[in-house]
Amino acid sequence: MELNNSKIKIKAKNLNVFYGKKQALFNINLDINQKEVTALIGPSGCGKSTFIRCINRMNDVIDICKVEGSVEIDGAEINEKNVDVVTLREKVGMVFQKPNPFPKSIYDNIAYGPIIHGAAENKDQMDNIVETSLKKAALWDEVKDRLNEPGTSLSGGQQQRLCIARALSVNPEVILMDEPCSALDPIATAKIEELIDDLKKSYTIVIVTHSMAQAVRVSQKTGFFHLGKIIEVDSTEKIFKNPANKMTQDYITGRFG
Amino acid sequence: MNSLIAGVILILCLSSYFFGRSEARKLVTQNIKLKALPAYYGYYLSLWCGLPALIIFGCWSLFEPAIIKVLILNNFPQIESKDLFYEQTLSFFNGNFSGEITNEIKAASIKYSSINIIAQNSKIVIIAAALIGSLTFAYRKIQKNNKARDDVEIILKVLLFTSSLVAILTTVGIIVSLLFESLKFFSTINIFEFIFGTSWSPQRAFVRDASAITPEELLELQDAFGSVPLFAGTAFIALIAMCVAVPIGLFSGIYLAEYASTKVRKYSKPIIEILAGIPTVVYGFFAALTVGPFFRTLGESLGLTVSSESALAAGLIMGVMIIPYISSLSDDVINSVPQSLREGSYAIGATKSETIKKVVIPAALPGIIGSILLAVSRAIGETMIVVMAAGLAANLTINPLESTTTITTQIVMILVGDQEFDSPKTQAAFALGLTLFIATLILNYIALRVVKKYREKYD
Repeated sequence: MELNNSKIKIKAKNLNVFYGKKQALFNINLDINQKEVTALIGPSGCGKSTFIRCINRMNDVIDICKVEGSVEIDGAEINEKNVDVVTLREKVGMVFQKPNPFPKSIYDNIAYGPIIHGAAENKDQMDNIVETSLKKAALWDEVKDRLNEPGTSLSGGQQQRLCIARALSVNPEVILMDEPCSALDPIATAKIEELIDDLKKSYTIVIVTHSMAQAVRVSQKTGFFHLGKIIEVDSTEKIFKNPANKMTQDYITGRFG
Repeated sequence: MNSLIAGVILILCLSSYFFGRSEARKLVTQNIKLKALPAYYGYYLSLWCGLPALIIFGCWSLFEPAIIKVLILNNFPQIESKDLFYEQTLSFFNGNFSGEITNEIKAASIKYSSINIIAQNSKIVIIAAALIGSLTFAYRKIQKNNKARDDVEIILKVLLFTSSLVAILTTVGIIVSLLFESLKFFSTINIFEFIFGTSWSPQRAFVRDASAITPEELLELQDAFGSVPLFAGTAFIALIAMCVAVPIGLFSGIYLAEYASTKVRKYSKPIIEILAGIPTVVYGFFAALTVGPFFRTLGESLGLTVSSESALAAGLIMGVMIIPYISSLSDDVINSVPQSLREGSYAIGATKSETIKKVVIPAALPGIIGSILLAVSRAIGETMIVVMAAGLAANLTINPLESTTTITTQIVMILVGDQEFDSPKTQAAFALGLTLFIATLILNYIALRVVKKYREKYD
């Protein structure tokens, strides 16, 4: 299993993104390894979120957003017209900054994805998917007796794990996390980080974070973004102990950003 | 004269603002620490200057004519039709009386002019006294460096409270009069006959001297006021209207909120809302002159008998009228569904229509239902279209091609023309109005509750 570890899962080449006339990303080249956690750090507005939204083409939703360049997943280009976004997003799940459970029951929140993709043939299979997803997200024990309660009735940290479970329900290969802990307290954050550590055994994870401590704790590889450009990408250890770039050094030591 | 007084008061208000402010600044130069910004002392003086005077002025103008009338008529106890006499005197006094001038009218007119002068002088004196009194009072307060800011807040609070009190009292007054007249009606006509009776023919109570209704006649009238056909007609036409308005309104709301580009939305939303601004009488003659006859010819060519005034025509046009209520409100509701929910759905691979169907609409549903209920209460209260397009006959029918009638239409029919105020027929209008009021009140209440519940969900 560990043999795959250094295999490149996602490859961004010469990626440029524009919001209307404003350019948000400049010539991004970034490789993301399989079954590893890659953290993206950098000051607000530097393009980290824009970048991960390119990986599941969430930028399509924004009318004025234009993406140029290439993103390959397992060697297949995703930025082409004939790529089926539905299949792509089945493969690349996403967890957002603010927990966004649907105003449905806990069960229905998880069942939503499998229903859309026709993943379950009957109720038993669906029950099974819901249970496994919630277990993977370490939420099962807390909610197994109240699956019919609304997802919004959970605490913030539980809601975020519900959203992770929802992303896992369609068996993705990649999980994108856009500052998943920024709305959570330290205890809930610790739980999510623990979960991320666990999930990287089976999934490729890209996480955007503002907390450098978090990047150190959860990631193996870190990319530093500034003003829409990648300044430095390296192993997390290298970035935080001995960064090659002066700017990275300044940022991680808190001198700007 | 009146406008002059009002003008003087307003000018005084304005100047006392500046005066108060400069007085406060003077206090500062005397090394006194002010308890509020100088402007608040200006407001304080200005409010004290204007409000008492304006209140007295308003009350005086309100009650003066009635008091003068009583004073004059007291001098002529022998006159029989007092109101007429007083009107004649007034028009004689104003120089546009064209009837026979009697000595009494002349005498009353002289009396009127003298009282009028007294009234006017005393009005000026009292208002001036109020102005001077309240100004001095407020000026003293300022000199003592009062808490002008707090005092201004209190005055403003009282002002705002009074305004809302006026609105509330008016509502209460209307309800009480509705209740009172309805009770009179129900004292002659059995309330159960009214609620459950299936025959509506109030014309049977017409042309009868109300005070001279014999018990036998009253007994005969009992079943003339069965309101069931009216309620059925109202509900029926509202139902047809909702069948038109709900799908079209909801779908256009969804289009506007989810699919239309910002530019399209910017122009098309106001255009749809224009529909709500068209006077209902225009819809009415459109329904009566265009749609009604169209259905009639269409029905004839299909071998159906269509009455030229049909529930279908009225309901359809009413539906068109209501579309903007539903589309506009549901557009707002759908827009207020957080974008993060949509993104969550897209991120898991849902398409746009799946997202709308399974996430956005369920999330917005309470709000949408609220908008529909508001539209229903609008439909129930609508009058003009039905008067013109649906007919006046109180048929108890479920055939949309026949003519039918609604509560509001019948109220119009009852009250059009000369009416005896105390006949059961006229009072029936109040009873109908009351039931209609209660029905729409309940609908609005439910709608507001539903909308409120929805709001709490995301905040």
